[in-house]
Amino acid sequence: MAALQMNYYKIITLSLLSLLLLTACIEEGKLSLSERSVIYCAEGSPETFNPQLITSSTTIDATSNQLYDRLITYQSDVNTLSPALAKSWHVTPDGKKITFYLRKNVVFHHTDFFTPSRFLNADDVIFSFNRALDAEHPYHIVSGGNYPFFQNMGLSDLIENIEKINDYTIRFHLSHADNSFLHKLATDFAIILSAEYAEQLTKQKAKSDIDTHPVGTGPFKLKEYRVGSLIRFYRHEQYWREPVKIEQLVFDITPSNTGRLTKLLAKECDIAAYPIAHEEITQHNDLLLEAVTSLNVGYLGFNVNKAPFDNKLVRQAISYAINKETLLEAVYQGKAEIANSLIPETSWAFDQTLPKQEFNPALAKTLLTLAGYAEGFTMDLWALPIQRPYNPNAITMAKIIQSNLKRIDIKVNIISYQWSTFLQRLKQGKHQSFLLGWSAQHADPNNFFSPILSCSAIQAGTNSTFWCNQKYDAIIKKALQTTNINQRKKYYAQATAILTQEVPLIPIAHTKRFQARGNNIMGNILAPFGGINFYQVSKLNLTKKKKLDTHSPQRILSNINNTGVN
Amino acid sequence: MLVFTLRRLSLFTFTMLLLTLLSFSLNFLFPGETIINLTGAINATPNQLIELNDAYQTHRNIFWQYLAYLSHIINGDLGLSMASQSEISTEIVNLLPATIELSLVALLIAMFIGVPLGFIAAIKHNKFTDNLILSVSMLGYSIPVFWLGLLAILTFSISLGWFPSAGQISLLFEIEPVTGIQFIDILLSQSPYKWQAFIDATAHIILPACVIAVAPATIFIRLARTSMIEVLETSYIRAARAKGLTFQQIIFRHAIRNSLIKIIRHVGLQFANLVTLAMVTEVIFSWPGIGRWLIESIYQRDYTAIESGLLVLSCFIFIVHILTDFIYAALNPLARGNKHGAR
Repeated sequence: MAALQMNYYKIITLSLLSLLLLTACIEEGKLSLSERSVIYCAEGSPETFNPQLITSSTTIDATSNQLYDRLITYQSDVNTLSPALAKSWHVTPDGKKITFYLRKNVVFHHTDFFTPSRFLNADDVIFSFNRALDAEHPYHIVSGGNYPFFQNMGLSDLIENIEKINDYTIRFHLSHADNSFLHKLATDFAIILSAEYAEQLTKQKAKSDIDTHPVGTGPFKLKEYRVGSLIRFYRHEQYWREPVKIEQLVFDITPSNTGRLTKLLAKECDIAAYPIAHEEITQHNDLLLEAVTSLNVGYLGFNVNKAPFDNKLVRQAISYAINKETLLEAVYQGKAEIANSLIPETSWAFDQTLPKQEFNPALAKTLLTLAGYAEGFTMDLWALPIQRPYNPNAITMAKIIQSNLKRIDIKVNIISYQWSTFLQRLKQGKHQSFLLGWSAQHADPNNFFSPILSCSAIQAGTNSTFWCNQKYDAIIKKALQTTNINQRKKYYAQATAILTQEVPLIPIAHTKRFQARGNNIMGNILAPFGGINFYQVSKLNLTKKKKLDTHSPQRILSNINNTGVN
Repeated sequence: MLVFTLRRLSLFTFTMLLLTLLSFSLNFLFPGETIINLTGAINATPNQLIELNDAYQTHRNIFWQYLAYLSHIINGDLGLSMASQSEISTEIVNLLPATIELSLVALLIAMFIGVPLGFIAAIKHNKFTDNLILSVSMLGYSIPVFWLGLLAILTFSISLGWFPSAGQISLLFEIEPVTGIQFIDILLSQSPYKWQAFIDATAHIILPACVIAVAPATIFIRLARTSMIEVLETSYIRAARAKGLTFQQIIFRHAIRNSLIKIIRHVGLQFANLVTLAMVTEVIFSWPGIGRWLIESIYQRDYTAIESGLLVLSCFIFIVHILTDFIYAALNPLARGNKHGAR
């Protein structure tokens, strides 16, 4: 019996020891797997894996910068265009011929469904653009034949043809000079697909796979997609730049706001999109809340065709009478930036010398008296009925403006219609003043100046102020025709100066996009415009993290970001 | 035993007939066209509709229609999901194993906690321990499962960070679904991270399984307690005591075995309760099982999915009932001769 008991003890000790050893091994391995992977809690599923086909930001986030590359990219930190798949480019003096010289060592994704046999060349570029531009192209009608970005920007009229000069040189022939053309090519929509893959799919009679089983040149390749559940990306090992530091990127699709917050707090995701409960996140030392000002603007516009807003003094008066700070506090909960001009401060064309709009009811009253409205007047203010990124609550905003203007004896009636009716009636010019906004589709400042306030935009229906100023139009046209960036900057400063004088609209706020992450995740993900980018992301392991908590400059930088937010 | 088996099988057949009759009649009660409710083919072309009407014999009387419906079900054709337009049978085959896995683990937890606690309460009958166990079990029984689930996430996932709050396994592990039962798939997989995946899956299942197990565990406590008290009062226990067996010998050799048999009969009954709880819990813990799928189908008014999901789920619960009856009969020869065995 005693011997038996001895045996029992031995067995127990042995098994305990081996278990300990096993768990030790597992701990080590576990660290390395999670260390080499990043989980991103996304807010929704992508509709397709080809950003040419959509304008939804959820799809852009999941595809553009992860799976694909463009000819050139826009670097938001230094506000310049930089080479990507094209190592350099050349614009003729008349601005009508643009030649791109492609990189010679770019490899497409090697996936379960496609093995590339050659490097990227001119054929791929021509295929990608012609698919979207040429209605006769064999791949044009695959997946519906709708290319909203290319259509909205009028690219099929602008681009006359794309010429292949040799395997690594292509030339765009434009119908007229357009300075925002390069910026358009740098957007998330102008991605490069593989022509070789398309050929293979044509042979397999599975053309639509080109948008569901994507092949690109981007830093990640698609491994697995489960609708409504997850997207798994692997690192593209032969990426033409330095390969990504993480091996696996997983999009955990969690549409519920609280679900994303829970997963973030429980460390089930490393990064969470559009987090709620900002205070809760900032209270955790191991989490960071980041924000980036997106390229958008929320504004109060006037119909300059209707009295009393045909008088510029009245418009100026109102611009002095509105307290933007209270608006920001009440409507955006302090999570936006006061707009001082049409374009946000992150745009390269922003004029740093522009004086801040002051809040001065006394001056406003004097201006009103000068304009002949000493007794005040009654006006209609149309508030947009739905929540938009640039204006989360227009009715509240209208109410605050109402109380602001009461102080200079202006009585405000707040009016709201259903969204489609609202836009339709705005087009017909039935309004006196209105609250609306604009989200830019690409980084070029022209995307603010032209569509909101130019004379031609009245026709297109995007300029609801009906303000048409020949001098302003001439300036923004000149700005488009020059290639000199400093010259353009000067032109836009002039245009802004006209706007400050004329006040066809009062810019109110530029909003931010939020994201939360664990503080062991390094590298920029958010950009002021366009989709997120995981190329620079890396993960610190726990032991390193402890050291970096105190010394890392990134950590300090992020903290500064934080104080700006809350 | 043969008679017993035959009796159970005939009971199964008749119950299934009744169930299919119910789900068949649901097609007429749900809003919309019957043939579309039956097949879920919301995007069918006129030609396809004619084919479907032919397949389901809608031009003949209701009896033939029912027979046509039955033959489709027996062939495994449950129609298409109205929401996703994919085969309901494949969806169920993909989802049901996750629910079975969760329910089984919860059942095991409930039994391993509930039964011993019940025995302890019975042995310490009418003493402080008994009262304590009874009142705790009362408390456990009264807590609503959705509230308990949220509380568990708040405490163990968010505050303490011990267990994950959602899903079956960390998304980092790629496990090929073979059987659908996560743990078996992990053991079958070729992944170099097999053991990490196994531990991760265990961590994921603990919280939801414990939440589900709470209510059944309290029932097991009371069942075990009553059955043990009954057994302890029987004459053969008294005889054993009179023969001079120690208390431990009496409990471990005689009392536990005999009272366990009575509990096993109730396991099947508890399983239905457990699956209901699992459905709610799956929603809270984002568990990819049939319960969450069914509740989502209700939100999306996916009638075909609701109807087929209910049919499959009730069929599954019934099979579990019959299996426990068999186990009971195998363990307890007295039950085999019971002429009124249909419960």
